[in-house]
Amino acid sequence: MSEQRTIAVTVNGKRHEQTVPVRLTLADFLRQRLRLTGTHLGCEHGVCGACTILFDGHSARSCLMLAVQADGHDILTVEGIAPDGKTLHPLQQAFHEHHGLQCGFCTPGILTTLIELLRDNPNPTEEDIRIGISGNLCRCTGYHNIVVAALDAAKRLRGP
Amino acid sequence: MKPPAFSYHDPRTTADAVALLASLDNAKLLAGGQSLMPMLNMRYVLPDHVIDLNCVDGLSYIRDSNGALEIGAMTRQRDIEFSALVRERCPLMHEAIAQVGHRQTRNRGTLGGSLCHLDPAAELVAVAAALDAKVTVAGKTGARSIDFAAFPVAYMTAALEPDELLTGASFSCWSARHGAAFVEFSRRHGDFAIVSAAALLEEDDAGKVTRASLTLGGMGPAPMRAADVERTLIGEKIGDKGLRELCEPLRKLDAVDDIHAPASYRQQLATVLSRRALIKAHERIAARAAS
Repeated sequence: MSEQRTIAVTVNGKRHEQTVPVRLTLADFLRQRLRLTGTHLGCEHGVCGACTILFDGHSARSCLMLAVQADGHDILTVEGIAPDGKTLHPLQQAFHEHHGLQCGFCTPGILTTLIELLRDNPNPTEEDIRIGISGNLCRCTGYHNIVVAALDAAKRLRGP
Repeated sequence: MKPPAFSYHDPRTTADAVALLASLDNAKLLAGGQSLMPMLNMRYVLPDHVIDLNCVDGLSYIRDSNGALEIGAMTRQRDIEFSALVRERCPLMHEAIAQVGHRQTRNRGTLGGSLCHLDPAAELVAVAAALDAKVTVAGKTGARSIDFAAFPVAYMTAALEPDELLTGASFSCWSARHGAAFVEFSRRHGDFAIVSAAALLEEDDAGKVTRASLTLGGMGPAPMRAADVERTLIGEKIGDKGLRELCEPLRKLDAVDDIHAPASYRQQLATVLSRRALIKAHERIAARAAS
């Protein structure tokens, strides 16, 4: 049997304690153990960006981390972005209004990536956004509406 | 599960990490995981033991030490990117780091991981070659320092003994008057460079070059210094026409053929990117003087 360890991880504000195989990736832990399937797995080798989560506030590929490395750390997944079950986060609302997604597979990774970007840089240029999401592959939208939505969300988050 | 089965170790000190490395067979060191984790997920590597360095104390720092910049092996690429000290003392590294992968990978990826992985096209590897870096390694018998020029021994293979780990690197800073530029050609932002060029220049008051460093990444197994061009540049004034001639011999350098580009294309890039990097570095000397 594969080696196991007990870890305690805070995900979207909730603490979880579980015993996991040491080789379990963080992405599989979130999806299979916690049933938080909003974090998507595309390539599973760090290229597509679909599995991006915020690890202690910084975006990271959850397919390139082990669950045991998250012991004692704080994680935000796409499920934790909206303030409650009824209201969308301004970034999600902008994606909804500007058709910033089609099939939605890449969207969780793009939203988490943009949360960090807009926090660090509340007034980004179009180029900042394009470089910021260069690590996220989208095969539907051609990125145009994603960029439009991100710029609009930045404006909303800056306030009137 | 994607990764193969292994035993996991998370030492707290460098000495414990070295002791584990010396006592365990078929062990791999895990730094930021941006290269090892994909290789585990694809089962290109099958280690019996993974020694995670993320909990080791004292390997993450950026400090100024007698004119050199010392950076710890576990310093995240993100910390280098946002370091005011790096931007001021080592503008070449500041420019190069923004071209390393993406924000999500720089948040985890480390200096030491990149230097030890030794991808031939990696930006930080080219920067280390350009700045004549010295790397410090710790092993069972103590610590030693290795000139970066002697660090890559073969394709993606570092001059480390099986019981040694990289603890940091020292980059000598050029004078406050120098100009530097890092340019690369890649298909998309964040990709590994097909070819990269790193240039550093110092000039006297008359605008004649007094010191030059020119490095090409992505051409062969390790970055190469264009020593002939560096020598020829001394005493010259930088101008587009002269540089065209001066960079032309770079077309004769050995280059690899792969799915990204044929050798002849890389040789063409070597001449063009070297010229662009040298011109940019030269222009930045003037811009610094004016500011």
